[in-house]
Amino acid sequence: MMDDLLNALAADLDRAFPSVVEEMGTKLFWGLRRICGDHQEAEDLTQETFIRAYRALSSYETERIQGLHLQPWLWTIAMNLGRNHLRDRSRRPVFVDTEVDVSQTDPEPVDEVAWDRRLSSLSSHQRTAVVLRHVVGMGTTEIAEITGRPEGTVKADVHRGLARLRNELERER
Amino acid sequence: MSIERQLESLGREDLPSGVAEGVALGTGLAHGYDFYESAIGRVAVTFSPEGVSSVDIADGFEIRFAERYGRRLIRAEAPRDWSRHIPKAIELGTPGDLPVDLRTVTDFQQRVLRTTATIPKGEVRPYGWVAREVDRPRAVRAVGSAVARNPIPLIIPCHRVVRTDGHIGNYSLGGPHNKVELLHHEGASPEWLEDLASRHVRVQANTATGVFCHPTCHVIRSTSAGDVAGFRSAAEAEAAGHRPCEECRPAL
Repeated sequence: MMDDLLNALAADLDRAFPSVVEEMGTKLFWGLRRICGDHQEAEDLTQETFIRAYRALSSYETERIQGLHLQPWLWTIAMNLGRNHLRDRSRRPVFVDTEVDVSQTDPEPVDEVAWDRRLSSLSSHQRTAVVLRHVVGMGTTEIAEITGRPEGTVKADVHRGLARLRNELERER
Repeated sequence: MSIERQLESLGREDLPSGVAEGVALGTGLAHGYDFYESAIGRVAVTFSPEGVSSVDIADGFEIRFAERYGRRLIRAEAPRDWSRHIPKAIELGTPGDLPVDLRTVTDFQQRVLRTTATIPKGEVRPYGWVAREVDRPRAVRAVGSAVARNPIPLIIPCHRVVRTDGHIGNYSLGGPHNKVELLHHEGASPEWLEDLASRHVRVQANTATGVFCHPTCHVIRSTSAGDVAGFRSAAEAEAAGHRPCEECRPAL
């Protein structure tokens, strides 16, 4: 299925790109949401990641696109972005959601807040590793690639992070 | 439930609404649009990440945009840096500090449109003048079609380009009556222009200074009526010993 998407991207980037957002956007957003702990920032980072990905893809040769590992590639872009790059945002059209009245949207459910608190008790390396491994569902080899840390270290981060989260949950009982 | 399963469930929600639209706007795969008021009524202004990409009469613009540009449209606010410039650009009839996206037309057409954008408010120039300004003096027809295909009327003031015989001529944004309306709004009386055209007056000279201009040029307009003489061509004015104005550069 991923090969189909890559072939479609290589054949007609403009036509296929919305499918990339559709297929990869949810996990990218929720992963970023859990790592950075802020809904708005995660939305901005997700958008910016896809916009940069699109620009990069439009300069790539067919073979290069077909050989991509899309998910880790997108995450590498997202990780490199960071806060500082968001200032570009003010120079871009802003979507106006005419359907939803902002004042009417529900506050985040309690569980969400609880998870933000639990995850914030981890070190940032541990949090990133745990989220990429278990929320996004990526392998430790890919995580090592994205974060630029040795795979053994990533495994240890996941392990220690999970242990810490178990403690947190234990304490809440 | 195991902690791994709980974490997994955290990634299972939907993508928040607006993210996909934000990506479409940021990549230019969709153009944003908003509505503004103008001298000829409500207009739709579209924008890409590069700048304003089109201006059209609001009524039914979505269909015309889809046919001509083949891009999705999303209701959006213009970027903050631009939004305050848009009403001003429409009113003054020049982009000023507002970036414009002219990638939908050829390089030659872009040059024509950028030259058109330099015609001051309240003044008009013939197609032949634009052709000469872009160093293609014989490409008057090509200039005509470039002006007719102007994606950003009002802001790139193609209503200020008139027929070489001086008559007001056609207009793509809703028809010639809108061109008349816009020129009237800017203080370039359409009746006066038509009257000059029917009397074959193409340039006017200030007999006191010996400088000749396009009749709408602010230089000749500030001359007292008694000192103004009309000519059928720049050549005729030159033969009478006059020299062309450096502001409006008449030479036809």
